[in-house]
Amino acid sequence: MTGARLELAGLSKDFRGLRAVHDVGFTVPAGAIHALIGPNGAGKTTIFNMIAGVHVPTAGTVSLDGRKISGLRPDKVCDAGVGRTFQIVRPFRGLSVLENVTIGALHRRPHLPDARHAAEAILQRLGLADRRHQPAESLTLPDRKRLEVARALATEPKLLLLDEVMAGLRPTEVDVMVAFLRELNAQTGLTILLIEHVMRAVMALAAHVVVVSYGEKIAEGTPAEITRHQAVLDVYLGEEEVA
Amino acid sequence: MSRITPRVMGGLAILLALLLVAPALLGGYGLSVLILVLYFAYVGQAWNIMMGFAGQLSLGHALYAGLGGYMAAGLYFHYGIGPWAGMFVGVAAAVAAAAVVGYLGFRFSLAGVYFALLTIAFAEFTRIGFDNWPWTGESGGMFLRVERGVTDVANLRGGPVLFYYVILFLAVAAFVLCRLLLESRLGRYWLAIREDAEAAQAVGVPVLKCKMLAVTISAALTALAGVWNAFYYNNLFPETAFAMGRSIEITLAPIIGGLGTLFGPFVGAVVLTGLGEIFTAVGDKLDIPGIKQVFYGLALLVIVMYRPAGIWPWLAARLGIK
Ligand SMILES: Nc1ncnc2c1ncn2[C@@H]1O[C@H](COP(=O)(O)OP(=O)(O)OP(=O)(O)O)[C@@H](O)[C@H]1O
Ligand SMILES: [Mg+2]
Repeated sequence: MTGARLELAGLSKDFRGLRAVHDVGFTVPAGAIHALIGPNGAGKTTIFNMIAGVHVPTAGTVSLDGRKISGLRPDKVCDAGVGRTFQIVRPFRGLSVLENVTIGALHRRPHLPDARHAAEAILQRLGLADRRHQPAESLTLPDRKRLEVARALATEPKLLLLDEVMAGLRPTEVDVMVAFLRELNAQTGLTILLIEHVMRAVMALAAHVVVVSYGEKIAEGTPAEITRHQAVLDVYLGEEEVA
Repeated sequence: MSRITPRVMGGLAILLALLLVAPALLGGYGLSVLILVLYFAYVGQAWNIMMGFAGQLSLGHALYAGLGGYMAAGLYFHYGIGPWAGMFVGVAAAVAAAAVVGYLGFRFSLAGVYFALLTIAFAEFTRIGFDNWPWTGESGGMFLRVERGVTDVANLRGGPVLFYYVILFLAVAAFVLCRLLLESRLGRYWLAIREDAEAAQAVGVPVLKCKMLAVTISAALTALAGVWNAFYYNNLFPETAFAMGRSIEITLAPIIGGLGTLFGPFVGAVVLTGLGEIFTAVGDKLDIPGIKQVFYGLALLVIVMYRPAGIWPWLAARLGIK
């Protein structure tokens, strides 16, 4: 498993007149961890959905290692090497935790026993092994967030899109997840783009941060640069403090 | 997922042995009831692939049974072509119809009841078409010649014992096939689609393709039930072959027995056929018109209210099978 380079260029999305994303462009180099931040409704999830093939961009392109992936169906985007989590978690509710992750693993391992084996290993790493036979619907929210990450990782992506996986986690749990992602990135070179409101996690993980507001990119830079950026401070005034 | 343990295997072997010798043990009435049980278990298993596994509600499965039955019966009636060859035409017709229904429904993302309405509409169109198609005998029906005492396996002509073994074979084969499917990538992808199609697609499941496979495989199996049915009863009418009631009937055993389970259709068929026979007898005694349907309906209501997941999951838990 190695990382892929993600490139967004002039990406826009209109929803029946509502301009959710407008002319956003940025690059995540192979093997990097970048963060996408911005206030509620800024268009972050919409950007993810365009990368993942859920929405066809109104304009602009998404490419992975130089190959255009925008406009492909979500399963084809997954084939291309993109794994994603859902902000509002979408487990296969009636199936066990192990089955959930096994279905992800079947993507690269067509035989059920192989896929199950791979899924077991991932659950172990994410601390869900002791819950593997529980139905997914019985999990607590933090565990469901972990399950989202586990299922996406099981597809063996080159780029992992994480949509607020720290939300609802306690600070110690955030630290555990941060450590896990860091280790994963170091070991495999997997590229990670995360949407996150938990600044503690952004600061700890991301080498580079892109800030969007009202659908437009207003700043990007290192976490330290971003926290000093006037436009960012204006946007976040009255919201949670940056840093 | 249901692991088939040695204990379950043993139980299944005993059950199969009993079913194999059943014609020697049962009288004519008993055998006719068992034939019904196996028929409903079989079509239920076929329908369960769509609804129980892939989560797609079809309320028009009579379409596939009717097409299978009419094609095979028509080829035999008009040209003397036996059902062992005719069934391929019947299956092909059903698969073609299923491909059209599936493509229209899935490509345009008709979900839940809207998809179900589409399946009903197609069964209805076909009924009207067959009502006016001279080849089928139109609304007057198509009748296959019955010669008492003649057994002609090549043309599926014979008594209840022949039909018993054919439907037993179909039921067992469908069970094994469903088990294999469920333990394959395709089967797991169906479950994923049933639970959440968008999440499934995000982990690489080709949703449209998998749904198309579900509807066509289900239709092919259902068409075979239609062929069997046509030659067992020797008559076909568009009014009944494509009836809404026929479609509903197909759904009952898996719903009562346990949607999405391998044993559900069989357990449901046993319970439903048993209740049907009991209430028929009671109805005959009481001599009140329609009382059978009332009792039957109430019984279904009670089962669905108290065992919404079906009888099998509850029974399996009691038997300690998981
Ligand atoms: N499918 C859709 N149809 C119509 N409007 C949409 C759709 N998805 C998002 N929007 C709108 O687009 C805008 C951006 O939404 P988006 O979910 O991308 O924001 P976000 O940055 O992820 O916010 P949050 O931090 O609250 O998750 C919002 O105004 C939202 O209502
Ligand atoms: Mg969002």
